[in-house]
Amino acid sequence: MTDTTIDPAAVTESEGPQLLSWDSRARRIVTIYVPLVCFLIVLLFPFYWMAITAFKPNSELLNYKDNNPFWISAPTLDNIRKLLFETDYLHWLATTMGIAFGSTFLSLFASVLAAYAIQRLRFRGSDYVGLAIYAAYLVPPSILFIPLAQVVFQLGLYDTPFALVLTYPTFLVPFCTWLLIGYFKSIPYELEECALIDGASRLQILRRITLPLAVPGLISAGIFAFTLSWNEFIYALAFISSTEKKTVPVAILTELVQGDVYQWGSLMAGALLGSLPVAIFYMFFVEYYVSSLTGAVKE
Amino acid sequence: MDASTWAPSRARPSWLARLFDNRIFLICICLFPAAGLLLAFLTYPLGLGIWLAFTDTQIGRNGHWIGLENFQYLITDRVFITAVWNTMFYTAVATVIKFALGLWLALLLNEHIPFKSVLRAIILLPYIVPTVLSAIAFWWIYDPQFSIISYVLVNVLHWRDTYVDFLGTPWAARWSLIAANVWRGIPFVAITLLAGLQTISPSLYEAALLDGATGWQKFRYITSPLLMPILAIVMTFSVLFTFTDFQLVYAITRGGPINSTHLMATLAFQRAIPGAQLGEGSAIAVAMIPFLIFATLFSYFALSRRKWQQGSDND
Repeated sequence: MTDTTIDPAAVTESEGPQLLSWDSRARRIVTIYVPLVCFLIVLLFPFYWMAITAFKPNSELLNYKDNNPFWISAPTLDNIRKLLFETDYLHWLATTMGIAFGSTFLSLFASVLAAYAIQRLRFRGSDYVGLAIYAAYLVPPSILFIPLAQVVFQLGLYDTPFALVLTYPTFLVPFCTWLLIGYFKSIPYELEECALIDGASRLQILRRITLPLAVPGLISAGIFAFTLSWNEFIYALAFISSTEKKTVPVAILTELVQGDVYQWGSLMAGALLGSLPVAIFYMFFVEYYVSSLTGAVKE
Repeated sequence: MDASTWAPSRARPSWLARLFDNRIFLICICLFPAAGLLLAFLTYPLGLGIWLAFTDTQIGRNGHWIGLENFQYLITDRVFITAVWNTMFYTAVATVIKFALGLWLALLLNEHIPFKSVLRAIILLPYIVPTVLSAIAFWWIYDPQFSIISYVLVNVLHWRDTYVDFLGTPWAARWSLIAANVWRGIPFVAITLLAGLQTISPSLYEAALLDGATGWQKFRYITSPLLMPILAIVMTFSVLFTFTDFQLVYAITRGGPINSTHLMATLAFQRAIPGAQLGEGSAIAVAMIPFLIFATLFSYFALSRRKWQQGSDND
C-alpha cells in the first residue's frame, strides 16, 4: 500500500466512507498514533539501552547521580575493543556463521527435494507425509535436547560444530518444507507438463523450471532458516563445551558472565554485535521474511 | 526430422537416466534426505527420551529400567511442582497479555498510516534478534542497583522511594520474566494477525458501515469471526513455544531466586546436563508431552475447521 501521506484531502479520497462517520483527525491521533508510538518506544527501548550501554565508559555507566543515564557525554569504543581483542569474540562469530550457513544449506537441500516430491510427484499418502513433517515442527527442542545429547555423544560428534549442523535441521526442515510446498503449489503445473512433453527428465524439470520460479520461496526459507539457526540456544548450550567452539549467544552468556562483577559494557557490546548480523540480514530481505512468517502460519 | 536422426538421440538415456525418471525411485530419493534427518535426529531421540525417562541413566553411565520411579520422585519434589506451576502460570498469563497487546497492535497497523512497511519491519526486530541477547539486555534493565526502570520511577517520576528488586524475590522475578516474554512475543503475534486482518475483504466493512454498525460491532461481528482460524493457529504456536521456553529464564534468572522461577524446560536442563541425571531430566521433559499433544490437536482441528469454512479445496 502506498499510504505515505496523511494529507486530509488524500484521506478523504482513499477512505471516504470511514471519514463520513466519525473519523476526525484528533480522534485518529488519540486512538491510533499515540498507542502506536507507545508500542514503538517499548519495543525499541531495550535496543537503545543495549546500544547506549555498549558505548558508555564505566564511570558513566555506574553513576546516575552526575550523568543523565539516557545519554552519553563521553562515548568510548573501549568496551568493543575489549570484546573484540581480549575475548574470542571473532572466533565465535565465525563459528556461528559457519554453523548457520551449513545447517541452512543442508536444510534447504533436504526441504526442496522433499517439498518437490510431496507437491509435484504426488504419490499416495503424500498429504500424510506433508502432515507428518508439519507435526515435526511442533516438537520443541526443549524436550529433544537430552536424548539428542546422547545421540550426539554416541556418534562422536559431541563438542564439534557438526553436532549443531546436523541437529538444527530438525526444526529447520519442517518449516522450510512447509513453506516450499506452498510455493511450489503457486507455480503452474502446465509449465512442467510442457517440459515433460519436450522430453525433459524430472530432475531437469526441477533444476531448470521449478527451482528458478521458486527463487523467492527459496530466499524466504533460507533467511528464516539462517536467523533461526543464528538464534538457536539450547542445543548449542548442551552439545558444545569448549570455549572456542561456542556460538555467539551461548558464548556471551557463559564466557562473558563471570564472577560477581558483571562487565555490563562488554556484555551489551557483545549482545549488540551478536544481534547486528541477523538485523542487517533481515533489513535487506524484510519483505521475504515477513512473507515467510505470515505464509507459514496461513498455509 | 526423419527416423534416422531420431534413433541415436532416443537410445542415449543410460540406465542411470532411466532410473532417475522412475517415479517410485525418484520419490524415494527426494524424500530420503529430509526423512533421514528427521528420523535420525527427531523421531529416534523422541523415542529415546521417553525410554530414558523410565531409566536411571546418568552422563557416562548406561541406565537400567526403573519404571515409574523418576516420576514418583518428581511428584514429591517441591522444586518440580513449583516448576510445573510456574510453567502453567507463565504460559497462561504471558499468552493472554501477548495476544491482547498483539491484536491491538495489529489493528493499529491495519489502519491507514504512513510508512506502514517500515513500521512493520521495525516492529519485528525484537522477534528476529537472538532471544538470549535481548534477554541479557533485560537482565541489565532489571539490575537491582542500576535498573533504568527503577531510576525513572524513583528519580524522574518520584513514584517510589526505593529501587525495585526485580529479580530478588520470587513474584517480582516471575512478573519480570513474563514482561520480557511478552516483549519478545508481541511482534510475532501482531505481524501474523496483521496478515490475517489483511485477508478480510474491505467490502464487508463498507456493508457494515452502510448498516450503521459501530466500531465495536464491526470488530465483534466481522473482524473476530474471520480472524478466529488464524488466531487459533498463531495461538497454538505461541502456547507451544511459551510452554517450552528455555532461553529467557535461563539467561535472566537461571531459575533463581532459590529455584522459584524454574520452568519445566530449565529444570530439565539443570538436572540433566550440569546435574548429569539424564533419566530424571528426561522424565521432566516427557512430563511436558501431554500438554504438547493437546496443543497439537487443537491446532489440527483449527486447521480443518478453516478448510471446512473455505469449501472443499483439497489442495
